[in-house]
Amino acid sequence: MHLAAHFPGVNSTTVWSDPRSGSQIDFASFEHLARTAERGKFDFFFLAEGLRLREYDGRVHDLDVVGRPESLTVLNALAAVTDRLGLAATVNATFNEPYELARRFATLDHLSGGRAAWNVVTSSDAFTGENFRRGGFLDRADRYTRAAEFVATARELWDSWTPDGTPRPVAHRGQHFDISGEFTLPRSPQGHPVVIQAGDSDEGREFAASAADVIFTRHGTLEAGRTFYADVKGRLAAYGRGPDDLKIMPGVRAVVADTDEEAQEHAAGIRRLQVSPQNAILALEQVWGRDLSSYDPDGPFPAIDPEPDSEFAQGRVRIADPFAVAARWRALSEEKGLSIRETVIETTTRQSFVGSPETVAAEMTDFVDQRAADGFILVPHLTPGGLDDFVDRVVPLLQERGAFRSEYTGSTLRTHLGLAEPVWKG
Amino acid sequence: MTTGRPLHLAAEIGGPPRYEPDHYLGLARLAEGGALDYVTLGDSFARPGPDALSVLARIAPATDRIGLVPTVDTTHTEPFHVSSAVATLDWVSRGRAGWTADVSTTEAVARLFGRRAAAPAEALWREAGEAADAGARLWDSWEDDAEIRDTATGRFIDRDKVHHIDFEGEAFSVRGPAIVPRPPQGRPVTVIDGTTATARAVAARHADVVHVRATSPEQAAAARADVLRLAAAHGRPARELRVLVALAVDLGDAETAPEPGLASGPPLAGHGTYFRGGPVDLAELISQWYRAGAADGFHLTPITPARDLERIVNGTVALLQHRSLFRTFHPGHTLREHLGLARPASRYALARTAGEQR
Ligand SMILES: Cc1cc2nc3c(=O)[nH]c(=O)nc-3n(C[C@H](O)[C@H](O)[C@H](O)COP(=O)(O)O)c2cc1C
Repeated sequence: MHLAAHFPGVNSTTVWSDPRSGSQIDFASFEHLARTAERGKFDFFFLAEGLRLREYDGRVHDLDVVGRPESLTVLNALAAVTDRLGLAATVNATFNEPYELARRFATLDHLSGGRAAWNVVTSSDAFTGENFRRGGFLDRADRYTRAAEFVATARELWDSWTPDGTPRPVAHRGQHFDISGEFTLPRSPQGHPVVIQAGDSDEGREFAASAADVIFTRHGTLEAGRTFYADVKGRLAAYGRGPDDLKIMPGVRAVVADTDEEAQEHAAGIRRLQVSPQNAILALEQVWGRDLSSYDPDGPFPAIDPEPDSEFAQGRVRIADPFAVAARWRALSEEKGLSIRETVIETTTRQSFVGSPETVAAEMTDFVDQRAADGFILVPHLTPGGLDDFVDRVVPLLQERGAFRSEYTGSTLRTHLGLAEPVWKG
Repeated sequence: MTTGRPLHLAAEIGGPPRYEPDHYLGLARLAEGGALDYVTLGDSFARPGPDALSVLARIAPATDRIGLVPTVDTTHTEPFHVSSAVATLDWVSRGRAGWTADVSTTEAVARLFGRRAAAPAEALWREAGEAADAGARLWDSWEDDAEIRDTATGRFIDRDKVHHIDFEGEAFSVRGPAIVPRPPQGRPVTVIDGTTATARAVAARHADVVHVRATSPEQAAAARADVLRLAAAHGRPARELRVLVALAVDLGDAETAPEPGLASGPPLAGHGTYFRGGPVDLAELISQWYRAGAADGFHLTPITPARDLERIVNGTVALLQHRSLFRTFHPGHTLREHLGLARPASRYALARTAGEQR
């Protein structure tokens, strides 16, 4: 089993009203969570990315935790206070250039002794693009062709020095990039930093099968997980890759308490804090694409239809078919007699392992045994102490079961993940 | 005549490319031990070596007081990303970040990106100024107290204290606000080499620290006066800027340097006037120029960092401290405090409160 820690930033995951909630920006918070993950022998520490503050109806959204540092800079600093933990940054392929990013990731890999990973995301819209030179809008198909060529170009750069340390010129001319010259770093400790993909469309899965080492997914239930797992692993052979060459890791939460009942209660309480009445309406507005502030979050669903192509909610991943989502939510609420808020809680809860430490360890192990995942990216609801319980109480049980390592066996992230070092292609 | 102004000293820690953090950490700690204001790490996309900002972030948690100033290219980067990265360096170093804004005029670097052709320095420096301007606005875009965590209303931030910057430049536009909250120093320190007239004009407008080259105290004083005159035209008083003389120093053994002094060796392009001599000779030069009121301080580039920086700190600096010309410890924690530069207020906070009072 592989385990990663997600720093809970910048959305309603973090229950900032909890008195134990600390700063989401001070370095001390990052250091605490990373040290906890390393104490738990985790594979890596993961940072998400957002390049524009979310807006609703033309105003900055003010209910969620926002404000975060730039990931690569934080991870380089974390490399100073950790020894083995992998360090993964989400960085967009749409608003960056391959030469610069390849250089920054190779630098992180060198400075951390081989612990760098890059989560290549493609989400882009004209809204986010307003912060960048190109005003960057690319439609979905182009985003993934650019991302694929971006990663391929980065790999050419990472491979450009000979193993004995002689720089050799690179010339790449493709649909999106035309670059030539010499890279400024020798091959890094991992050969290539680990590449992660997060995105769920057919194009996204295909891109992952062709180019990624890890997938960060939202498919967390056992059934959905098994289907996704089989689908993605089945795509690998076409690229000459084996099933172990790509690790599938859903983002999950784990809530532990002394007993299963207590944990269930605790988990429900957390969800009610995450989906406040205001946040429930906002979740709805994101699907409906219009102002629904006059609706009662504890009441029934609006009878009106979503506004197609609305720009009401900006800065979130766009919902491909809001009509379908609206219909599903409405049906669920009618069938089970749920209010707006209860429906949002039920439909937006990610896979959760909730129970006593024994229950959580058993369920997680089962999940991996049943090929629904190769491991998990844990998304705690508190910064910075949200992983303490898991590491102190669940990890020892996973280790006892032989499901998870008791010691790091190597020093690079590739070793932790059981991934071979990429063959040098000079 | 002494100037009454404290002396500032900074050192470059780059040299032949190295890829291990401990090399850079050792040099930064050495500089920190000498109570220097800051270390710089030069960089260019075409120069062998790691990304400078990343290196200084890597050593930030392992140092305590020393200012950290990487060179950042403004020609082939996104101003939004640059501003985020520099602000983050300020967060991870708890207020010790700066950046040296630089441009890339060469076709060789342009080809590494393949996104735009090489352009003349004039245009690129104008753009660098815009990048510095947009960056500073992004650092101001969150007022210091924008995060409110008001459980009564459920609001995490006060949206009236987070601002779009709506920056429209010649080569780019940035809507904002920043993703990174306002950094500890308010605005990290902007450094620009103001040796050429083009760069100097931009530096006088946007930099907190300006490096200039000079071969005599008179020339240094003239350059400083020129920077301050240009700055005043933008409404910036002298107390908002520091002008440091850039010297490339070779402190090789005295036997091999029978004639200590300036420009008696090969010039090291881009790193200031070449000085050769012993640590005591360098202390002598610094004392004389400082007493003549020629500059606010010196930015020293040791030509062999491991050897020369040790000599600078244990020889030159120790002597200056002995003569009470240089501090023996950092009186503050942030780079702005070392430099005696005030922490700027957010321009948007000022505008908003002015609006409220009207
Ligand atoms: C689990 C997961 C995590 C993601 N994290 C980020 C992120 O941190 N930043 C971001 O810009 N996009 C993120 N995305 C968005 C994806 O990069 C992608 O743009 C989006 O899912 C649309 O692509 P698709 O059509 O392939 O799903 C994430 C997606 C998933 C599924």
